[in-house]
Amino acid sequence: MIDFLVSQGWSKDVATGVALLLGVIAVSSFGLVWVIFGIWLERKFAGRVQDRLGPNRTGPFGLFQTFADLGKLLTKEDITPEGADKFIFNFAPLLSVVAVILIWAVVPFSKEWIGADVNVGVLYFTAVGSLGTLSILLAGWGSNNKYALLGAFRVIAALISYEVPMILSILIPVILAGTMSMQGIVEAQHIWYVFIVPVTAVMFFTSSLAEIGRSPFDLIEAESEIVAGFNIEYSGMKFGMFFAAEFLHAFTISVLTAILFFGGWRGIGASVAGAGGDALGFVWLFIKSVGLYLLVMLIRNTVPRIRIDHMMSLNWKILVPLSLVNLIMVAILAKVFQPDYAGQFQIAANATGLGALLYQFFGVNIVAELPRAIALLIANLLLWVVVSAVLHRFAILDRRRVQDWVEPATVAGEHTASAPAPGR
Amino acid sequence: MQQTNEWIFIGIFFAICWVFPAAPVIMAQLLQPKRPNKVKQETYECGIETIGPSWVQFKVQYYMYALVFLVFDIETVFLFPFAVAFNQVTLFAVFELVVFILLLGVALVYAWRKGALEWA
Repeated sequence: MIDFLVSQGWSKDVATGVALLLGVIAVSSFGLVWVIFGIWLERKFAGRVQDRLGPNRTGPFGLFQTFADLGKLLTKEDITPEGADKFIFNFAPLLSVVAVILIWAVVPFSKEWIGADVNVGVLYFTAVGSLGTLSILLAGWGSNNKYALLGAFRVIAALISYEVPMILSILIPVILAGTMSMQGIVEAQHIWYVFIVPVTAVMFFTSSLAEIGRSPFDLIEAESEIVAGFNIEYSGMKFGMFFAAEFLHAFTISVLTAILFFGGWRGIGASVAGAGGDALGFVWLFIKSVGLYLLVMLIRNTVPRIRIDHMMSLNWKILVPLSLVNLIMVAILAKVFQPDYAGQFQIAANATGLGALLYQFFGVNIVAELPRAIALLIANLLLWVVVSAVLHRFAILDRRRVQDWVEPATVAGEHTASAPAPGR
Repeated sequence: MQQTNEWIFIGIFFAICWVFPAAPVIMAQLLQPKRPNKVKQETYECGIETIGPSWVQFKVQYYMYALVFLVFDIETVFLFPFAVAFNQVTLFAVFELVVFILLLGVALVYAWRKGALEWA
C-alpha cells in the first residue's frame, strides 16, 4: 500500500503516515463493530439460557437493539452530583474505553495483518489493560459518594490481586515460544498450547474473567448488592462508556486467550502467503474468539456470584501458589525436553519409509516438539489431580469445622448455649 | 528501524482512540436535556441525606493486598527477561529460577500465616 501511494507521487513519509492511519482506523473499527453485534449476541444468549426469547422487536431478531440502547443513552440527562471532582468524573469513562481499545493494537489477525508487532506485545497488553483498573478508581473517587468510593476500593483490591496469577500464567507461553511478541507466540504454536499446558490456560482464563469484572466475579458492579458500585453516580452516555468498555474487554480477553493458547490465526490454510491465507487466518481467529466468548457468556449465566472474601482467598491461597508451582514445573520440564529443531530437520532429511511418511504428515516442527508436549501435558494433568485432591480434603475439613461450630456435640443431648463462634 | 515504525503506530493509535469514547459523550451533551435542580444533584445514599464526609477512611486491609501484590509484581518483572531468554539458558539457570520462585513462595506463606491475606 505504501508502494502504491509512493508510485502515485506522494512522499514516502506521508505515505507511511497515511498507511498507519488507515491501519489504526481498521483495527479499532473491528473492536467497535463487534460491540454492536456482541451486545445483541449476549442478550439473546442470556435470554435463551433463562428460557426466554431475548430482544426480538427492534429489527429482525432484535438485531437493532444495540442502536436502540445507544439512542436511549444519548438522550438521557447527564447528572453530575454536587461536589464531584469535575475533571476526574468526566475523564474516568473515557480512560476506561481507551484502555481496552489500546490492546487491539497488538492483536495479530493473521500472518500479515497486525497493527503493531512490537517485540514486547505481551508486556504491552498487560500494562495497558491495567489502565482500566485506574479508571475505576478515578470513577469511585470523583463521584463524591461513599458507596462509589468503597466499591472502588474493593474493586481495586480484587483487580490488582488477580493480576498476579494472570501474569504468571502469561509467562508460560512466553517461555514455550521464546519471545514476548504476540505474532511470535502464534507462529511458535505448531501444537496449540492449550494441549500442552491446559492448567495454565484455565488459570489465565479465570484470572482474566476476574480482571474484567465478569460473572462469577461481578460483585464489582453487582447491581443488587452494592448498588452498582463505582458507577453509581454515572448516567447517560458516560455510563454507556463504562458498559461498552466492560463488554469489549470481555471479547478482548477471549481474543487474547485464543492467541496465547489456542493458536491465534493458525488453522487449515491460514499459513498460505497472500490475501487468501490472511483472510482465512482472520476467520480462524474470529471463530476461536467467538467460541471462547460463548464460554464466557455460559459461565456468566450459570455460575452464582462469589463473595469478595472468597474471591480474594481463591486468588491468594489457590491461584497464586498453583501458578508458582506450575511455572516451576513447566520451566524444568521445558528445559529438560527442549526441542531440537535443527537436529530434527537433519533426521527428517535422511528419513526413509514410515519415518518419512510421519514427517510428511505432521511436519518436522510438530514431531520435534512432541516429547516436550507430552511431558508437559502429563505433568499438568498430574498437577490438576493433586490440587483437586488437596482442595477436596480441605473442603471436607472446613465443612466439618463449620458443622462443629453450628451444632456442637453436647453431652446427654441437651442444648447448651454455645460460645461465640471462632472468627472465620 | 522496523520496531520504531511499530511504536509510531501505537502512538497514532493512542492519539486517535480518544475520539471513540469522546464522540458519543459529546454527541450526548448536544442531544440531552439539561435541567439541573438541587434535589437531582444530591449525592446518592439510599434515599436519605448523606451522613458525614464522603471521602471515608481507607481500610488498612486494602493496603496489605497492595503490598503483597507489589512483591509479586516485582517478581514477575524479574521473571519476564528470564522467560524471553529461556531457550538460551542452561538447566542450571532453571534451577536458580526455581530457587528464586521458592524464596517468593516463602514470602507468600509468611504473609498467609501472618494474616495479611484475610479480608476481615
